[in-house]
Amino acid sequence: MDVIQMQRTWVEYTKSLYREGYLDSQFAQLQLLQDESNPDFVVEVVSLFFEDSERLLNDLTKVIDQQQGVDFKKVDAHVHQLKGSSSSIGAQRVKNACVAFRSFCDEQNIEGSLRCLHQVKQEYYLVKNKLENLFSLEQKIVAAGGSVPVDELGFL
Amino acid sequence: MNPGNGRGVVSSVSSRVSRKSSETVPDQFPVGLRVMVVDDDPTCLMILEKMLRTCKYEVKRCSRAEEALSILRGNSNGYDVVISDVHMPDMDGFKLLEQVGLEMDLPVIMMSADDSKSVVMKGVTHGACDYLIKPVRIEALKNIWQHVVRKRKNEWKEVEQQSGSADDGQPKQSEDGDYSSSVNEGSWRNSKRRKDDDEDGEDRDDTSTLKKPRVVWSVELHQQFVGAVNQLGIDKAVPKKILELMNVPGLTRENVASHLQKYRLYLRRLSGVSQHQNNLGSPFMNPQDPGYGPLSTLNGIDLQTLAATGQLPAQSLANLQAAGLGRAAIAPKSRIPIPVVDQRNLFSFENPKLTFGDTQQQPQHLNNGGKQINLLHGIPTNMEPKQLVNLHHQGNSIPAVQSVQSVHNGSYQPQSRVQQPMGNYNPVSHTSPMINFPLSSIYPLPNNPAKGGFPEDVTSEMKGSTPGFVPSYDIFNELNHQQKVHDWELQNVGLTFNATQQANNSIDVVGTSIVGSPHQAFPSSSQGSGLSRNASVVHANNNNNAISMGQHHMSNNNFYHENNPVRVKLETPLFPEQFGQDDLMSALLKQQQGGIVPAENDFDFDGYSIDNIPV
Repeated sequence: MDVIQMQRTWVEYTKSLYREGYLDSQFAQLQLLQDESNPDFVVEVVSLFFEDSERLLNDLTKVIDQQQGVDFKKVDAHVHQLKGSSSSIGAQRVKNACVAFRSFCDEQNIEGSLRCLHQVKQEYYLVKNKLENLFSLEQKIVAAGGSVPVDELGFL
Repeated sequence: MNPGNGRGVVSSVSSRVSRKSSETVPDQFPVGLRVMVVDDDPTCLMILEKMLRTCKYEVKRCSRAEEALSILRGNSNGYDVVISDVHMPDMDGFKLLEQVGLEMDLPVIMMSADDSKSVVMKGVTHGACDYLIKPVRIEALKNIWQHVVRKRKNEWKEVEQQSGSADDGQPKQSEDGDYSSSVNEGSWRNSKRRKDDDEDGEDRDDTSTLKKPRVVWSVELHQQFVGAVNQLGIDKAVPKKILELMNVPGLTRENVASHLQKYRLYLRRLSGVSQHQNNLGSPFMNPQDPGYGPLSTLNGIDLQTLAATGQLPAQSLANLQAAGLGRAAIAPKSRIPIPVVDQRNLFSFENPKLTFGDTQQQPQHLNNGGKQINLLHGIPTNMEPKQLVNLHHQGNSIPAVQSVQSVHNGSYQPQSRVQQPMGNYNPVSHTSPMINFPLSSIYPLPNNPAKGGFPEDVTSEMKGSTPGFVPSYDIFNELNHQQKVHDWELQNVGLTFNATQQANNSIDVVGTSIVGSPHQAFPSSSQGSGLSRNASVVHANNNNNAISMGQHHMSNNNFYHENNPVRVKLETPLFPEQFGQDDLMSALLKQQQGGIVPAENDFDFDGYSIDNIPV
C-alpha cells in the first residue's frame, strides 16, 4: 500500500472507531494534544492505559473470585478507577461497561458483577485490539515517509 | 514566571504581573502558572500533565498525596495551584485538600470521575476552589488560573484591610468584563500602590507592598496556634492575642487572622458534621433556608442563613464569612453580633426572627456542646448548614485540631469578626445573601483611608475586624466562581425587595444594592458600588447621609425607600465584602462620618431613611 492509501485507510478506520462508539471525543482531545514536541503522546498514553487496565482487571478478577465473600467496596474502587482512566482516554465502551458494573456493585450483586466484569474485559480487549491496529498503521505511514492525517478527521 | 522569588507566590505573581503589564502583555499572566497535580491514575496524570503543559503552565505531577504534601511543604512558595483527585489509595483527596489549604493556603481544585452531588458538595465544604469531572478537558484547565488570582486578590485585600489602609482604588480596577487583566494589572498594582502608600504598620511586619512571604503553617506552628486559641477560648481568640501568645517572630496578625478563619471553618465543619443530631436537622450543607435552595455553592448561603436566623452573632457571622472566604477573621472589637442578625432578616425573609441579642446566647443546636465548632453558635439551624458550607468552603478544616472540642465550648463570641462574613454573601440569592453583607459594612472597612479614617476604632464593631476584613465577597467568588456573582445580583434584588416589604430593615435595601454590583469574579469596583449604596442606606443609623456612599450601581436601590431602621446595620457589613473593599470602606466610612456608626451595640439604624441613598 502506498502512503496515500494507508493514510486514507487510517482516516476511515479512525472514523469508524468513533462511529461505533469505541472512542469518543476525549480520544480526539488526545490526538489534538499530540504535537512535534511530543510526537508519540497518544501511543504513550494509551500504552499506559493498557498496562494500568490490565492490572486493574487482574485485581478485579481476584477480588470477585474470593470464595469467602466479595469485598464490594474494593471492587467498586477498582471499577471507579478503571472508569476514570478509560474515560480519560476516550475508551467509551469500556467506560460505559464500568458504569453498569458499578451499579451492580452498589447492589452487592455477585452474579451481576461477574457478568459485568466479563463485559468490561471484552470491551477492553476489543478496544485494545482496535487501537493497536491503528497504531501499527500509523507506524507504517510514518515509516513510509508520510504523516498521520489527523486533520482529515474533520469532526474532531 | 519567577518561581524562585522567595517572596511568596503572591509576590512572584504580582511581580510577574507588573512586569508583564509593563511589557503590555498582561494576558501572559497565566503562562508559567505552577501547578501541582496529584492523581494515582498514571494515565490521567500523564494526560493532565500534557494538557497543562499545552496551556503553558509549569507542571509537577505526583501519584501519591503524601509525596505531594512533602514537596509542597518543602517548597512552600513553589506552586500556585494544586489539582488533586478525590479517590486515592494512600490519602483521601479531601484530606489533602484540607492540609494544603491550612498549611500552604493554596487554591486546590478537586477532580474525579464521580460527579455525584454529594461528592461535589464535599469538595465545596472542604474548601476546594473548583471541582472538575473526569474526563477533564483542556478547556477546563485553561481557566484554573482564575482561582489563583482570586485568592491573591482576596489576600491582598485582607492584608490591606488589616493594615488599615484604605482600599480605595482596588475594587475599581477590575471591571467585570476584564477582570483578568485588571486583576493582573490593576489590582496588583493598585493594591501594591495602596499598600505602599498607606503602610499601616499594623501587624505587617515586613512588606509595604503586597509581597508578603507566604507563611507555611507547619504542624508545629499550627499546634502552637491551636494552643493559643484554646488558651484564649475560641470566643475570645482574636488574632492579636493569638499572635501574642504564639510569640512567633515574623508572624503577622494577618497571617494569624487568615489562619484563624480557616480554623474556624474547619471547626464549624466538624461540629456541623457531628451536629446533625443536634437539631441541625440537615447537615449544614443543606440549605435549610428555603431560599437557599438551588444555590450551587453553599458559600454565601450558609452564612447568610445563619445570619438570617439571627442566631449568628454578628461576629460569628462575620467570622464565618471570613472563614468561608478564607480571610482572616476580623477580630472585631465591636460586638457586631447583633447586626448579623438583623442583616439576616433583611435578607432572608424567611427568618425574620433574628434576635440580635440572642445570637450570642443562643447556642444553636448547631453546637451541641462544642460550640466552638460552629462559629455560629447562635446561628439558627438553618443557617448553620449554609454557613458551614461557606466556612468550610474556604477552608480548610484544620485537621489537627484536636483541641477543637475544647475550643468550641465557648460560645463563639462574635467579636468584630463579623466583618468577615460580610463577604460571604455570595449570591446566595435567595436567601439572605445579605447577611453577610451587613456585617462587613457595619464593620468599618478598614481599608479606606480615604474615608477617613476608618481606623480600627471606627466602631468597635466595625473595625475590629479590619485586618480581617477581607472581602468576603471575593471568597464568594471563589466559591461560586462559576457564577454566583450574577446570581447574587438577581437574588439580592429580589431579596431586597422583599425585605423591604417585610419592612425589615434597611438591610433589604442593602441587599439589593449589592446585587447591583456584579461582583463577578472580582469583586472589585462593582461590588464596591453596590456596597456603598447599601452602606449609605445602612447608615441610616439615623444618618441618612451615610448612604451616599458611592452609589455605584446599585441598580436595585430603589428598594431602599423603606426606612427600615435598625436592620440596616447588618447589611452594611455584609455587603462590603462583596463589593470590594473599597466601596465598603467608603460606605463604612461614611457611616462613621455620619456618626452612624452604631457603636458598640448593634447598629441600629433607626430612623435612617433610605431615601437619602444616592443611588
